[in-house]
Amino acid sequence: MIEVENVSFTYPSGVEALKEINVKIKDADFIAIIGENGAGKTTFIKHLNGILKPTQGDIYINGLNTKKASIAELSRDVGLVFQNPDHQLFCETVEDEIAFGLKNFGFNKDAISERVTWALNLLDLTKYGKVSPFMLSGGERKRVALATILAWDPKILVLDEPTIGQDFHQKDKLRQFIVQLNSQGRTVIMVTHDVEFVADCNPKVIVMSNNRIIATGSAREVLTNFDILAKASVLPPQITQLFIKLSDLGLPQNIIDLYEAKQLIIELTKGRLNNEGL
Amino acid sequence: MKVFEGLKFKRGTTAIHRLDPRTKFLVSCMIFTLALLFTELLSILILFIAQLPLLFSARIYREWSLSLKGSLTLVGIILLSNLIVGYISNNFQLSSQLLTYSISMAFRFVVLMSSFSLFFLTTSPDDLSLALEQSHIPYEFCFAFTTAIRFVPVLAIEAQTIMDAQRSRGLELDKGNFLKRIRNYIPILIPLIVGAIRRSLELAEAMESRAFGAKKKRTNLYRLQLKKSDYLTFLISFCILSLALYIRYNIPIPEFQIPL
Repeated sequence: MIEVENVSFTYPSGVEALKEINVKIKDADFIAIIGENGAGKTTFIKHLNGILKPTQGDIYINGLNTKKASIAELSRDVGLVFQNPDHQLFCETVEDEIAFGLKNFGFNKDAISERVTWALNLLDLTKYGKVSPFMLSGGERKRVALATILAWDPKILVLDEPTIGQDFHQKDKLRQFIVQLNSQGRTVIMVTHDVEFVADCNPKVIVMSNNRIIATGSAREVLTNFDILAKASVLPPQITQLFIKLSDLGLPQNIIDLYEAKQLIIELTKGRLNNEGL
Repeated sequence: MKVFEGLKFKRGTTAIHRLDPRTKFLVSCMIFTLALLFTELLSILILFIAQLPLLFSARIYREWSLSLKGSLTLVGIILLSNLIVGYISNNFQLSSQLLTYSISMAFRFVVLMSSFSLFFLTTSPDDLSLALEQSHIPYEFCFAFTTAIRFVPVLAIEAQTIMDAQRSRGLELDKGNFLKRIRNYIPILIPLIVGAIRRSLELAEAMESRAFGAKKKRTNLYRLQLKKSDYLTFLISFCILSLALYIRYNIPIPEFQIPL
């Protein structure tokens, strides 16, 4: 359970990055945070494991006030995966990289080797176990970064722009993977600009703009609300845009993913095929 | 990372910003020399106070104080190491003379740092590059130097992000004994250095594709010109330096000591 109560944050340089944020995230929730560049998304998630502490208001992670806990204590429960894997990879092999966090959290030797194998397997990295992380491609490094965090199995997983630099195939695997983690009872929070990815994952969506939360709701509610999205400089998924442009033909305006669009079009064309005998 | 704030150019239009970079460099060097000439607390304090109006008139007081705060640890180390070495070589006796000396050494560092803060905070990297070029230093060196300075703030931001990322993996920087604490910085330094090398390679490629070094002789749109105010500053600096040299070698400076 994450409780964010009236949180504001100002950087030491005087830049206001968060204003009066109030939100409650329950266990096993799946949340996507979208919004324009500089809206405060990354600043917000940096509060969840205590890297930043609110200048006003409080954040409670499972009842623990982030102001009263160290980053290490909070990170045990809140795994934060940074956007750029190059900001954290430094070991000689991928295995060492995954073991680093486990050592910091004081796991014993057997548990470490067990979890390293588990995490490598989980992210399809087993063949790279003894390879230097610096020799891997961008997408693979991103997966290593995710594995390093998942290794200690945090209850809450926070992902900053997980889809950047991933090809379609990897993105789809990532989606399945995140959905699976969530269905196993982990809370997943992701920051993203990729509305198609949000539509496919179908999480609850928080829209941030100008350092505030301007809307929350289901993916369908938010991604079809043009006013809210425009405020946050976000375009709806292309399929939604298409359906809205075709709304004169009587098509519904709340379609967000390809699958339901396909079903709908099949239904419609079937009717036409029968009527006009094309 | 706050210490780097004092090296980041802040755009401005004050009289100090408008001075020629060569003049400013000379003034900084003069303050530097003065700080090295004197060891007495009184003279160092006077130097420190004399710098304040310059910092205020350039409106860089806030940035300067940030970098000062960032360097407090180093000031502490200088103070302590002077105290400890003096204490040991003085047959394990703490005198008020030693204390005064250590404090003035720490203050001397503050003065040195402020003089360079003053220079870097008010001189744009472009002006600095022009000044170097017009001093007949090969362009490649000027470019390397100014690029290095330009990238200091970028690296500082990157270092902060890396620290955040590693702390999120349970790294506790201030845990353990002295050696352990140094080792704690390895996970920060490696990504930082690798990133810097990668960036430099990318920068080199980007420059090559913009025809860097295609022509041996480069021309500049702007040329630096020494103005009246520059000559005046030269003159004042020269007078102050001469006066200081005279005082240093001919007039005993009153030693006031901090009582224990």
